[in-house]
Amino acid sequence: MTKVRIATVWLSGCSGCHMSLLDIDETLLDLADRFELVKSPLVDAKEFPAGIDVTLVEGAVANEEHVEILKDVRAKSRLVVAFGDCAVTGNVPAMRNPIPPHDLLERVYGKGMTTTGTLPTEVVPPLVDRVRPVHEVIPVDLWLHGCPPPAGVIARVLTALLNGEMPQLTGKDLKFG
Amino acid sequence: MEQVVIQIDGNEVRTARGNTVLEAARDNGIRIPTLCHLDGLPDIGACRLCMVEIDGRFGTACTTRVRDGMKVRINTDELHEMRRTVLELLFAERNHVCSFCVSNGHCELQDLACELGMDSVRVPYRYPTLSLDATHPRFIIDHNRCVMCARCVRVCAEVEGAHTWGIAFRGTQVRVITDLGVDWGNAETCTSCGKCVQVCPTGAIVLKGQATAEMEKHPELVAELEERRRAG
Amino acid sequence: MRTRLDVLICAGAACLSAHSAAVRDALAREIEAHGLSDEVRIVETGCMGPCELGPVMLVYPDGAFYIHVTPEDAAEIVEEHFLKGRPVERLLWTTPEARRIAEQRKQVPFFAKQRKVVLKNCGLIDPENIEEYIATDGYAALGKVLTEMTPTAVAETIAASGLRGRGGAGFPTGKKWGFVAGAPGPEKYVVCNADEGDPGAFMDRALLEGDPHAVLEGMAIAAYAVGANHGYIYVRAEYPLAINRVEAALAAAHRMGLLGNNIMETGFSFDIEVRMGAGAFVCGEETALIASLEGHRGQPRPRPPYPAVEGLFGKPTLINNVETFGNVRHIILNGADWFRSIGTESSPGTKVFALSGKVVNTGLVEVPMGTTLRELIFEIGGGIPDGKEFKAVQTGGPSGGCIPAEYLDTPIDYESLQELGSIMGSGGMIVMDADNCMVNLARFFLEFTANESCGKCIPCRVGLPAMLEILQRITRGDGRADDIDKLERLGKTIKTASLCGLGQTAPNPVLSTLRYFRDEYEEHLVGRCRAKECTALIRYWIDPEACRGCDQCRRACPVGAIAGTPGNPPYAIDAEACVRCGTCREVCPFGAVEILDRR
Repeated sequence: MTKVRIATVWLSGCSGCHMSLLDIDETLLDLADRFELVKSPLVDAKEFPAGIDVTLVEGAVANEEHVEILKDVRAKSRLVVAFGDCAVTGNVPAMRNPIPPHDLLERVYGKGMTTTGTLPTEVVPPLVDRVRPVHEVIPVDLWLHGCPPPAGVIARVLTALLNGEMPQLTGKDLKFG
Repeated sequence: MEQVVIQIDGNEVRTARGNTVLEAARDNGIRIPTLCHLDGLPDIGACRLCMVEIDGRFGTACTTRVRDGMKVRINTDELHEMRRTVLELLFAERNHVCSFCVSNGHCELQDLACELGMDSVRVPYRYPTLSLDATHPRFIIDHNRCVMCARCVRVCAEVEGAHTWGIAFRGTQVRVITDLGVDWGNAETCTSCGKCVQVCPTGAIVLKGQATAEMEKHPELVAELEERRRAG
Repeated sequence: MRTRLDVLICAGAACLSAHSAAVRDALAREIEAHGLSDEVRIVETGCMGPCELGPVMLVYPDGAFYIHVTPEDAAEIVEEHFLKGRPVERLLWTTPEARRIAEQRKQVPFFAKQRKVVLKNCGLIDPENIEEYIATDGYAALGKVLTEMTPTAVAETIAASGLRGRGGAGFPTGKKWGFVAGAPGPEKYVVCNADEGDPGAFMDRALLEGDPHAVLEGMAIAAYAVGANHGYIYVRAEYPLAINRVEAALAAAHRMGLLGNNIMETGFSFDIEVRMGAGAFVCGEETALIASLEGHRGQPRPRPPYPAVEGLFGKPTLINNVETFGNVRHIILNGADWFRSIGTESSPGTKVFALSGKVVNTGLVEVPMGTTLRELIFEIGGGIPDGKEFKAVQTGGPSGGCIPAEYLDTPIDYESLQELGSIMGSGGMIVMDADNCMVNLARFFLEFTANESCGKCIPCRVGLPAMLEILQRITRGDGRADDIDKLERLGKTIKTASLCGLGQTAPNPVLSTLRYFRDEYEEHLVGRCRAKECTALIRYWIDPEACRGCDQCRRACPVGAIAGTPGNPPYAIDAEACVRCGTCREVCPFGAVEILDRR
């Protein structure tokens, strides 16, 4: 039996959703032999591989690299899951939106804030004007609410996906926060 | 009391004459989503979530009184879609960040997202720049979380009689204000009764000193108060 | 005093803005200087219609119609025309159909095709002189109803006439009067809705400015019919001239016992007060208007209860639009059958329209219902300027929709416009040619309604800005594939879910342009604006073949984006620096500057 190829990506978020994924405890062991985690912050691979069945996206879209990653993810994944409130709504990272990116960088890295007072320009990707939820950048197939999504819901969703079913999320499954 | 017979989604139900469609539905155990409605306050039909089809036309259940033979439809695909879109617009309007809100877990807006199956917001988020007023010694108003249901305005005017809360500006600029736009702490008419805190459906008007998810409210107190006043 | 000549100078707001007051003063000086003061009389009237040609003036009895008159023309007009009887040809409005004075008013198509009922006195009488109004059978209809008719008979006559609300929705007026008349309670009100707020609409303003007594008389007749003794005119503060003339008319009518206590000694009393609105579009909605009249925030409330049952201060209230009241006296005097002989079966009577946009004769016109859009725009309006092609007409302002060329032969009535996805509205009519981008048009109107939303209900308050944001990104060239679907879905929800007429109609400009000009939206999604109006999607380019190196464009460019040496063509535009203001194209004497697609 071919294993389901799963990937996870981590955009602008606290990694709490990934922690919650690990929190499904022994369910993870039960499911482990049915999927292959081909790319994830937990798996070292430089390129995002092709032919992915399901990609879980944690975090909001906050910089230009995130936009690139998402386009790549969408092109290579059959299903994209917005994983957690940051991916679904923008959540905490989106709180910077009322502030223009330059003013924000100035406040954090500018004069008096760091020893050099210079704004980061090299190596780090430029911020996008506004932090956005994933579905405002690429089409999303499923939204997993919660900050982080409860382990039980993640377990149910994963199980359903591995069984080839689209998980039905209703009622309290859709609680934000 | 004289009874009226109406149809809801094809089933005949009875209710007292003079009741609203919303009351008729509730008397018969049928749920219609609401947000600006609160028992004990006059209805304004602003949030549009209780939209139903009444004899082929759309109207708000909270402001429409029953008539004999009225045919009401509550559960249609069109109405579900409409309510959900309205709710999405509310989430997109201001900055609702449930994860660290003091009302997380006790919020009527959050509950509506669950009830109406809102898996995502399909309209563009607005992310406006909004202020927070903590000048009152006991309460805070955070405009980021306000849904403009005007419950605070109504409870303050109709129940407390203080008329501290009002509405200013229009369109997306619309805001609840205290007195004529002064800081709440300087609003001379405010009696600090705290009813606005209890009726606010979200974490917009809250008690000071609450941490995430700690703010539990008791909007039902208004109906109880009204009941006791009527009883004399 | 009988005079040899009556000089009617338009003192409507448009002609006043074009300095008709200075023309009046200059004429008065010249008349005085030539010793003609006993022979020539100047009368300041309301709007005569062709606003684009202002200041306009009409001389009786010969009927010479002068256009674009300046104070400098006064001496020549007085000497040549008033003294020597030779009209100043160069200032006369002549057209191929009407080359001589005698033919002007009958055969200049702008006048010939109109049928003036409501505007009968507009441009004919001095609106500040009640005697002139009375001379045109003014207050005769009020006298007739008070002395010869029962209130019920009055309401029945209006019902039989088939008059429908001219504010836009077209509700049968007589039926409304019947509801209010039948509502219980001794205290009732009559309210005149003069909160005309559509961009490009000025019908009500013109009537209030040009013939205020007609509105007062209509209100008094309505008050008698429904049993009210108090009325309000709710007019926007931006109409100071209209307010002044209404106030003057009220005072004059009171002096003559035509308003106030015991009118014409019949025992019927009716008073009218003017209330100024602060210019909120939503206050044209009747429940918001009532809230504002009561001193509350101008916000609508759900209906029922309708104002006819529970209106101003909780009492039964009749609310009609200015033009609706303007029709009343004519129906009473001439009868319901006469009224029904004008217009169509379902929409009898006439309708006043404010023609604006890309049309030769902008201004105020009145035509029988059932007139086609083609007659209105091409015959009365004189067609599209500069020989350009008609593209669409927006009826009903920001609440209406646009109608494309293929429906030009549609007869105008409430139902036909609605079938086309537009509305009659209060009568604004904005004509567009090929230079108008339909996506940008929809964006413009939505910007207006989004700003004017009162903010009470969610679909309107948040839905309209959401649609606007999508339209903005489409016109910026950042549109997404599913944006058209999103606009349609949102538009539909806002139409059904909004609390009042503002939200329920606001998506119309978008939905109607999507219906008739969907291809333009789709083109924008791939970066093309065919009207070349959306600046983000175009670039300016100098044709090297046509450029002569005159240097005018380089000097005119506000951002220094054009490079070249005088006498050494061609010049070139730096597309990155260019802000696409179009100045170079305007100043180029050789037509060398072209607009191309940006991509």
